[in-house]
Amino acid sequence: MTRLASAKLLRLVVLLVAVSSLSYGILCLSPIDPVLAYVGDDALHISPEQRHKIAERWGLDKPAGKRFALWLGRIVRGDLGRSQIYDRPVLDVIVEKAHLSAGLMAVAWCLSGILGFTLGVLAGAAQGSWLDRLLRWFAYLVASAPAFWVGMILLVVFSVTLRMVPSCCAAPPGMEPSQVGFGLWLRHLILPALTLSLTGVANMLLHTRQRLLDVLKSDYALLARAQGASLSAIVWHHGLRNISVPAINIHFASFSELFGGAVLAEQVFAYPGLGQATVQAGLRGDVPLLLGIVLASAVFVFTGNAMADLLSRIVDPRIRLGART
Amino acid sequence: MSASVECSVDAPRAGLLSALGWLRTSRWLACILVLGGILVGSAWVGNTGLSTNLAARNLHPGLGRLLGTDWLGRDMTTRVLLGLRLSLWVGFIAALLSAVLGILAGIAAGFLGGFADRAVAWMIDLVMSLPHLVSQILIAFAFSGGAKGVIAAVGLTHWALLARIVRAEAQRIKTSEYVLLSSKLGHTKGWIARHHLLPHLLPQFLVGLLLMFPHAISHEAALSFIGLGLSPHKPSMGIVLAESLRHLSTGFWWLAVFPGLALLVTVKVFDILGEDIRVLLTPRMQQDS
Repeated sequence: MTRLASAKLLRLVVLLVAVSSLSYGILCLSPIDPVLAYVGDDALHISPEQRHKIAERWGLDKPAGKRFALWLGRIVRGDLGRSQIYDRPVLDVIVEKAHLSAGLMAVAWCLSGILGFTLGVLAGAAQGSWLDRLLRWFAYLVASAPAFWVGMILLVVFSVTLRMVPSCCAAPPGMEPSQVGFGLWLRHLILPALTLSLTGVANMLLHTRQRLLDVLKSDYALLARAQGASLSAIVWHHGLRNISVPAINIHFASFSELFGGAVLAEQVFAYPGLGQATVQAGLRGDVPLLLGIVLASAVFVFTGNAMADLLSRIVDPRIRLGART
Repeated sequence: MSASVECSVDAPRAGLLSALGWLRTSRWLACILVLGGILVGSAWVGNTGLSTNLAARNLHPGLGRLLGTDWLGRDMTTRVLLGLRLSLWVGFIAALLSAVLGILAGIAAGFLGGFADRAVAWMIDLVMSLPHLVSQILIAFAFSGGAKGVIAAVGLTHWALLARIVRAEAQRIKTSEYVLLSSKLGHTKGWIARHHLLPHLLPQFLVGLLLMFPHAISHEAALSFIGLGLSPHKPSMGIVLAESLRHLSTGFWWLAVFPGLALLVTVKVFDILGEDIRVLLTPRMQQDS
């Protein structure tokens, strides 16, 4: 187990170095002058000396290779630099925003897992019925609908028309998100979480349905049928055991879509999480923050994949024994 | 292009007239109708609906103005049609770039093997290790937005899947007897790749392109929606939806519902078409999975 963990850790380090050099390379090739992007409309008012001073403060007067080495060296020590738009250390900004996003993503992740799995089992068990057709139709439709548009529709229906939930942010105006109680927190969270979970629901539903159909077609299901077991007994005893592990597995592997979806969901509902920070960093040219979020998202996706991998090793002896030989 | 594919593929099935065939034909008709509707419609409405008309602000959808007008009196029908046309264009070029990258990387990995194979596998891992939207934001930012940025962002993040498929296919062809014979006859690797590999991979390329197209359209919309995509002066679907988001709380629901619905229908139609053509052009892959 320790060997496995250290191998994973090594992979993560290599991945992070690769991701950071690639993103740094992309940004270096960009035609944007960071100083001009920073001063924006004030570019006409500042003198060349002031411009030079800003460049010097950020270390922009040094050659790109040296800057990259400096930057990488600081990251190894845990210093991601200073965010320009928040004027705070990037790590602090990411931790604070990730805290808000974590709740949103966790709720959406659990919601899409439970809902998608249950509906998938229903659709698979009732194959060919109107329920199955309805659920499949829903899943295919949701899977190709733009996530942010679904969010806007939810916003119009539940927030503007029915006035059931607030339409934006993580807290009422004038309150810090950390001050709100659980009920208020949930009311602000529910629509973005629902938006974020829908794509996951569709994927999970279709996957679970297919897996259950495979089980129901199998010889052992036929034998159980011949011995007089009911459909629900077969689904319960043979189906769920066989399909739940791969389902949990792919659900962990969907962390990447979860993060990307959160960016859009947070944008629609003005939820001040990591996704909004990503958009702001991109729009306002906050390079340190953008690079920090890129690294954070790589760690996030890697964690999901590693969990999926570990889980299948623990649950499935075939993989565990196969790895040992 | 869809018309010619339809003819060549439908010919041997003409006698069957199975229920599936009918379904497929009607789907393709719907697809051609949607595509034609967007192209003809956007040419027909012209640019006049884009100018502001303060006398006709916030009109509900009705007979004269099918999809209503926005807060500046611009005709939403015009904006949706022109937006879709722009999204189709940008999506097509991005998907094309992505498919070309995918097939080149796949051939390099599968046919050359060795170092090229490892390098491509490593690049695929790298692309997959970040959420698509995050890497797209990074690339679009590096290009400082605009159509070029969107095309690069979508193109550079979507090639991995096709590259994997092409790699497996190229590896299979590489060990086939006629390729071995061809190299014994003294043909160079480049010659073999051009004459034996590319013709075989053409179906994969077309299918990959078609299946990538709806993805490219929705990702373009997402990027433009968050403000890192096309310029806000052009009516693309993402821009139209981003602008209407600011006016949603006032109750002008049609500003959001119809553009999104049009986008959904377009994406869905190309999704269905791509899947159908995939089943028809690569029947062997179908059996494997």
